[in-house]
Amino acid sequence: MQVAVKLFAHFRNNRFKKEVRTIAPGVTVGAIVTELSIAEEEVGVVLINGRHGSLDQALAEGDILSLFPLVGGG
Amino acid sequence: MADRIYRVNMSNLTSTIEDIPEAWAGHGGRGLTSTIVAAEVEPTCHPLGKHNKIVFAPGLLAGTYAANSGRLCIGAKSPLTGGIKESNAGGTAAQFFARLGIKALIVEGKPEKDVLYCINVKKDGVDISEVPELKGKGNFDTINAIMAKQGENTAVISIGPAGEMKMAAANISVKDPEGHIRSAGRGGLGAVMGSKNVKCIAIEADDSSEVQIHDPEAFKAAAKVFAKGLIDHPVSGQGLRTYGTAVVLNIMNEAGGLPTKNFSDGQFEGAEKISGEHMFDVIEERGGKTSHACHKGCVIQCSQHYHDKDKKFLTSGFEYETIWAMGADCEVDNLDQIAEADHLMDDIGIDSIEFPVTVGVAMEGGLLPWGDGPGILKLLKEDVAKGTPLGRLLGSGAAAVGKAYGVTRVPVVKNQAMPAYDPRAVKGIGITYATSPMGADHTAGYATATNIMNVGGSIDPLKKEGQVELSRNLQAATAAIDSAGLCLFVAFPALDIPECFGAIVDMLNARFGLSLTGDDVGALGLSILKIERGFNLAAGMTNKDDRLPEFMAEEQLPPHNVLWDFTGEEIDAFWDF
Repeated sequence: MQVAVKLFAHFRNNRFKKEVRTIAPGVTVGAIVTELSIAEEEVGVVLINGRHGSLDQALAEGDILSLFPLVGGG
Repeated sequence: MADRIYRVNMSNLTSTIEDIPEAWAGHGGRGLTSTIVAAEVEPTCHPLGKHNKIVFAPGLLAGTYAANSGRLCIGAKSPLTGGIKESNAGGTAAQFFARLGIKALIVEGKPEKDVLYCINVKKDGVDISEVPELKGKGNFDTINAIMAKQGENTAVISIGPAGEMKMAAANISVKDPEGHIRSAGRGGLGAVMGSKNVKCIAIEADDSSEVQIHDPEAFKAAAKVFAKGLIDHPVSGQGLRTYGTAVVLNIMNEAGGLPTKNFSDGQFEGAEKISGEHMFDVIEERGGKTSHACHKGCVIQCSQHYHDKDKKFLTSGFEYETIWAMGADCEVDNLDQIAEADHLMDDIGIDSIEFPVTVGVAMEGGLLPWGDGPGILKLLKEDVAKGTPLGRLLGSGAAAVGKAYGVTRVPVVKNQAMPAYDPRAVKGIGITYATSPMGADHTAGYATATNIMNVGGSIDPLKKEGQVELSRNLQAATAAIDSAGLCLFVAFPALDIPECFGAIVDMLNARFGLSLTGDDVGALGLSILKIERGFNLAAGMTNKDDRLPEFMAEEQLPPHNVLWDFTGEEIDAFWDF
C-alpha cells in the first residue's frame, strides 16, 4: 500500500520534503522513522492526516504522515 | 542607587523623579504597567484623551546578564479594545532604562500646543524637546535622526505616521542594537503615544553603572542554568535560531489550524512558499543572516536579516504572525512581497497582525482581490502612510473595517484581530483569545505549544477537555514571564525542563534578596490577570466580551470540519480562581 511521508525543519536535510512510499500493511510510524535514520527521541510531533499520532501507530492506505522535530515560536 | 519612577506630564511639559510606592515595589514589566494603569487611569476615560497614561517598564531582570531579559513592556488603556493593554518588545530600551535605575516611565497629560516632542531620558533626569522636523517621518528616519543627534548608542522608542494619526492599529517601535526595529505591536499603543504628541523617547546609554544584584554568586549560578536550558531545548536552541518563528507555519498548516482566506479554511495551498524552511533557503541564497538577536544577551536569536532579490537588506524581525497574516489569511504566496510589507509596516508604525487581518476582512468585503500582494503594498504606501480616508479606515482595525464593509466573518475578540491559530482547530488558544484581558492575543497564553507542538505535555487540540485549565496556567505563567521582562520563548524550555523554570525563580530571588517559590510566581501571574480584568470590568466590559465571534460556532473549518463549541458558562469558568 502507499502512504505519503512529509518531513519538516531539519528532518529535510539530506532527505526530502515529500515522498510517496510503498509499505506493507501494519508498518508503524516508528518503523518509517527508523528507516529514515531519524532518532526516535528527535521526533517532536507526528501528524497522520493532520491529527496527532504516535510512533507505534500503524499506517493505512493513503495516509499522509507528517514528521516534525520539536518546533515552536509564533 | 535605588530604582525610581520617572513621570512626565505632557500638559505642562514637566517631569518628576519619584520613589517607588510600597505597593509597586515587587512588580516589574507587565505587572508594573498594569498595576500603574489600574491605579492611575480612570477606566472609562477616552484612550486618546488627557486622562489616559502610557507606562514604559523594563522587567524585573532587565539590565542583568540573565539571557533573554531585554523585553520592554508598554501599558495604557487601549484605543482598539477599550480595555487595559500591555504589549512588549525587544530592542535596547529596557536594558538602558534598567541601567539608569528607572523602574518605569509614566507619560501623562496632553500638550496644548500642536507640535511633536521628544522625551530625552538621561542619568540626571528628563528633558522634553520639540521635534517639528520629525512630523510625518517614518520610524527609520526618526531613529536615524536621533542617532545622528545623540549618538548611535542611544535607545529609541518611536511612532511612525500611523501613531501620529492616532490609528487604532498603530504600534510603538523600539530600536534594536543595529538600528532596526522591534515592535510593541498590539492594541494601538502608538495612537496613545501620538495623542500626547510624543514622537519619540531617546534613552541615554549609561555604561558606568550596573544593575544592583543582592546575591551576585547565586545569580550567576542560576543565570548559567537558565541559559543552558535555553540552548539545550530543541525549540529555543535549534528551531527558532535556524528557521525563525516562521518554523511554525508548516506545522499549523499540516494540523489544519492555519487560518486561511479570512479564517474560512485551515490550510493554505501556498504554505510551503511562505514557510520558515523556505525563508531559510532564500536568506542563505541571498547572503542574509538566518539568525540575529533583537537585544544584547539573547541566545535564541529568532530574528534574521532578509535580503531582497538584489541581495540588499529588506527587513528583520520577520515574524510568523506577519507572514501568516498577509500570506495565508490574504492568500499571498510571495514571501518577497510580504517582506516588503513588513518593512513598510515597521516604518509606518502599524501592527503587522492587525493590519493584514484587516485587509483579509476588506478582501472579503470586495476592496481588493484575494492574493493581491502588490495591491496591499499600494494600500500601505499610498493610503495608510498618507492617511487618506481609506488609509485611516484600514488603520482602525479589522472590527471597524468589518462594519464598514458589512462583513460578518470578522475574526476579533474585544475588537482585536486574532493571530495565526484558528481557535476551532486549536481550542486551547481559543480560550486564551476569549478570556485574555488583552483581547485576541496568542502571546497571552500560548496553548498552541501544548495543543499542537507537544511542549509542556500534550492536549488534543480538537477536544475541549483540559483547555480552560491549560490556558489559565499559561496565562498566569506568561504574566509572570512578562513581569520578569523575559522573552516569551523562554517558556518552551521552562515548560519542559524543571531546572530551567526553577532558575527563573532563583534569579528573581538572587536579584532582590527574596525567597519566592515557584507557586509564588504563579500566584503573581494570577493576581496580574485579576488586576487587568478588574480594569476592563470597570471600563464597562462584561463576561459577554469574553466570547469568540458568532461565525466560529456556525461555519465549519476545513479540513477537520470543526466548530467552536465552548458554551459561555464553560468559558466563564476560566475566572474561577
